[in-house]
Amino acid sequence: MNNSPYFRQPVSVQAVMLKVLAALLPGLAAYVWFFGAAILVQIALASSAALAGEAAMLMLRRRPLALFLSDGSALVTAWLLALSLPPLSPWWLTVVATLFAIIVVKHLYGGLGQNPFNPAMAAFCVVIVAYPQLLSQWPSPASGDFMNQWQMIFAGAREHVDALTMATPLDALRTGLHAGTGKAAAILGGTQGMGVLAGQGWEWVAVGYLAGGLWLIQQRIITWHIPAAFIAVFLAVASAFHLGSADRFAPPLFHLFSGGALLCAFFIATDPVSAATTPRGKLIYAAGIAFLTYIIRVFGAYPDGIAFATLLMNICVPLIDMWTQPPVFGHKK
Amino acid sequence: MRRLFAFHGGVKPPAHKAQSTALPIAVAPLFSEYVIPLHQSIGGAPRPLVADGDPVLKGQKIGGADGNVSAAVHAPTSGTVKAVEMRRMPHASGLSALCVVLEPDGDERWIERAPFDHKNASPDALRDYLRDTGIVGLGGAAFPSYLKLNPGKEGRLDVLVINGAECEPFITCDDTLMRERAATVIAGAAIMREMLAAKSVIIGIEDNKPEAIAAMRTAAQGRDMAVVAVPARYPAGGAKQLIRVLTGIEVPHGKRSTDYGVQCFNVGTAVGIHDAIALGAPLISRIVTVAGNVVHPRNYEVLFGTKMQDLLALAGKLPDTDRIIMGGPMMGLPMPGEEVPVVKATNCILAGSQALLPPPPPEMPCIRCGECALACPADLQPFELYWFSRAKLFGRAQEYHLFDCIECGCCAYVCPSNIPLVDYYRFAKSEIWAREREKEAADAARSRFEFRTKREAREKAEKAEKLQARTAIRSVTETDPAAAEKKALIAAAIARAQQQKAEVRPQNIDNLTLEQRAEISAIESRRARFHEMAKTAADEDT
Ligand code: SF4
Ligand code: SF4
Repeated sequence: MNNSPYFRQPVSVQAVMLKVLAALLPGLAAYVWFFGAAILVQIALASSAALAGEAAMLMLRRRPLALFLSDGSALVTAWLLALSLPPLSPWWLTVVATLFAIIVVKHLYGGLGQNPFNPAMAAFCVVIVAYPQLLSQWPSPASGDFMNQWQMIFAGAREHVDALTMATPLDALRTGLHAGTGKAAAILGGTQGMGVLAGQGWEWVAVGYLAGGLWLIQQRIITWHIPAAFIAVFLAVASAFHLGSADRFAPPLFHLFSGGALLCAFFIATDPVSAATTPRGKLIYAAGIAFLTYIIRVFGAYPDGIAFATLLMNICVPLIDMWTQPPVFGHKK
Repeated sequence: MRRLFAFHGGVKPPAHKAQSTALPIAVAPLFSEYVIPLHQSIGGAPRPLVADGDPVLKGQKIGGADGNVSAAVHAPTSGTVKAVEMRRMPHASGLSALCVVLEPDGDERWIERAPFDHKNASPDALRDYLRDTGIVGLGGAAFPSYLKLNPGKEGRLDVLVINGAECEPFITCDDTLMRERAATVIAGAAIMREMLAAKSVIIGIEDNKPEAIAAMRTAAQGRDMAVVAVPARYPAGGAKQLIRVLTGIEVPHGKRSTDYGVQCFNVGTAVGIHDAIALGAPLISRIVTVAGNVVHPRNYEVLFGTKMQDLLALAGKLPDTDRIIMGGPMMGLPMPGEEVPVVKATNCILAGSQALLPPPPPEMPCIRCGECALACPADLQPFELYWFSRAKLFGRAQEYHLFDCIECGCCAYVCPSNIPLVDYYRFAKSEIWAREREKEAADAARSRFEFRTKREAREKAEKAEKLQARTAIRSVTETDPAAAEKKALIAAAIARAQQQKAEVRPQNIDNLTLEQRAEISAIESRRARFHEMAKTAADEDT
């Protein structure tokens, strides 16, 4: 049966997902430029695992394989997860995390469109709780030798891990402050690998995400609400703390360009399936993530807060949506 | 410059309007048979006034308006009534309804026509006249016009909006009408202004019709009417959207726009009113766009009752045509066959083919991307309505304003998951109406039951009393039973009467607004089709 409308805009889930992937490319390019090709290996690993997991689940659930495999949603999850994990993680970590994201968080909740939690972030939370050590090993900008990276990922040659990795400035700051080695500015100033705003190289990756994200807005794949609210609230909270005590809290721009903040603002918090949907709801949702991210990052036990913050706000989505239903035509005011 | 007010959402589908505006309006020739449905407008079905073998004149009333909401129908040409029988209606359901089948004699002999002096007529006389000349809205809703032509509480209207927006792709009947008969449109608008004592008249035309705008501006000169170009954006031609664009007023669902000081009529209706008042001619024809998969897309002036197949043959229907749609590609209805007649609501006959209107790609799950909400002109959250409808949570769907949905199709148009969203809303609406009716029937049954229990209890008590009385006064046993019997008979009669009262039609259905009634009648006939869909949806859910 086919009823009106008989016209359809030529859009598809696949096209949407492919644009999201394309928008990740600038950030990814910066990543490769500064930290070597390891991230590409991780993306390949995650993508393969995601497609395999997706295919297996689709077959188990008797869904049309080709249609759903080609929708690109599994790839987006895979890429976001790979970009959130340290690029030198052992291969099995990436694979296990991806399979968890696809099989448990996505398909056991009903598959595409049904999952209340962001699959990539839920999987990230699981592995960071299970392997906190592995998730703190981030490459230093000079670690670009591909053979070494390859061996670290696949051969488990992790004895050299300290030579290739270092604490990110975000980590260094936390450890420094905890140990009481000095004031925020001094710690950051003394941190090896500190760039202009944030971690050397990392800040450029963040700029890449920013550029890709703005393009997504321009392409109308996402609306401005979530990124704008995230960035505004994140900066506001960071500024408030920084102004309150510059000794203990790093400058707002440092926070914005560190860790996954901008990845979250444009790509993770905007995952339509698990995000709030009304305009006001999106603002509240993103503000919540931004606030929680900062709090967890600064006061929590883990290096970054985006994953936990996202999951916490995912839980609130049904309520937020319910409370923020926009007035309908003729019922305004 | 007049200030315009954008409405939220809307889409810009390809217009496909140039093809059918290349040629002027052609008057369709006489065909061998006309099938005139008696029920062509919202409201009650007119009673047939003719029988087999009756000769009729062009414009003769053959169906009398029935009830408060109804409009008469007339013979489109002179000839002989061949039958008054059930024929398939131009409706998606494919249901049949009573039609007058007319064989023309080719003479086109008119009834006597005389202009109607609306200025000196009483409101009642005017109303009856418009009802009996069969004037209904020609924008597609076929709402009897006399119901909208009373000036409302204030006694006068602020704004009379004339709708020449015509936003649906392919349809150009209003466009060509304005190009070629602008003076008549304006004259009709002037008559309506008088009837409504309207303070101002605004004619809204989408800016993709420069010729129509120019013609209308010329015709409106010195008439104190504003011809306003509105941005082309579907559904700018929806009455509520156009009113909003031109005046900033939002008329809520289920409310009369008159109460908000504004009323909206289609340009074709203006011509119909002009012809009825100034010429004394009832509504027997309209302009119909024949477009799509045909060799000569064009507008025709068509008598009601003309079979669609006759027009399609005229326009040169292409062999790979696989369906006929009445209306445009956004809101049109699939026709059950080509033999169905053109009625007052037929603005366009669209021949479809796989190439022209390709079937949508496979449906995917909703990813909550919100595109539909951005496109919805009613400011709804279509995907929420979809989830609720699909899960059969009809109460929730209503809380989320399901009935404010105008079924414009914008949401489905933009949905990247190709979900036939509007089908789900149609399904939910029809289910809700059906349940409402069932509930009313159940309520009636319950009150019947309660009444019976009460009656039985009373009868028992009465019997007991009687027994007591009998045992107490044995001496008068002869008369007592008869009196008791009589009493019982009276009680039974009362009971019957009350039972009958409880059985009358559920009250809710009588107090509906006209729009709601319009909605019901449209929904009703679609209903059967959705059960099939419900089944599929249920299967998918497993
Ligand atoms: S446009 Fe389609 S996929 Fe997107 S939210 Fe609406 S219904 Fe869901
Ligand atoms: S069909 Fe209904 S829900 Fe969809 S866009 Fe139109 S009014 Fe909104």
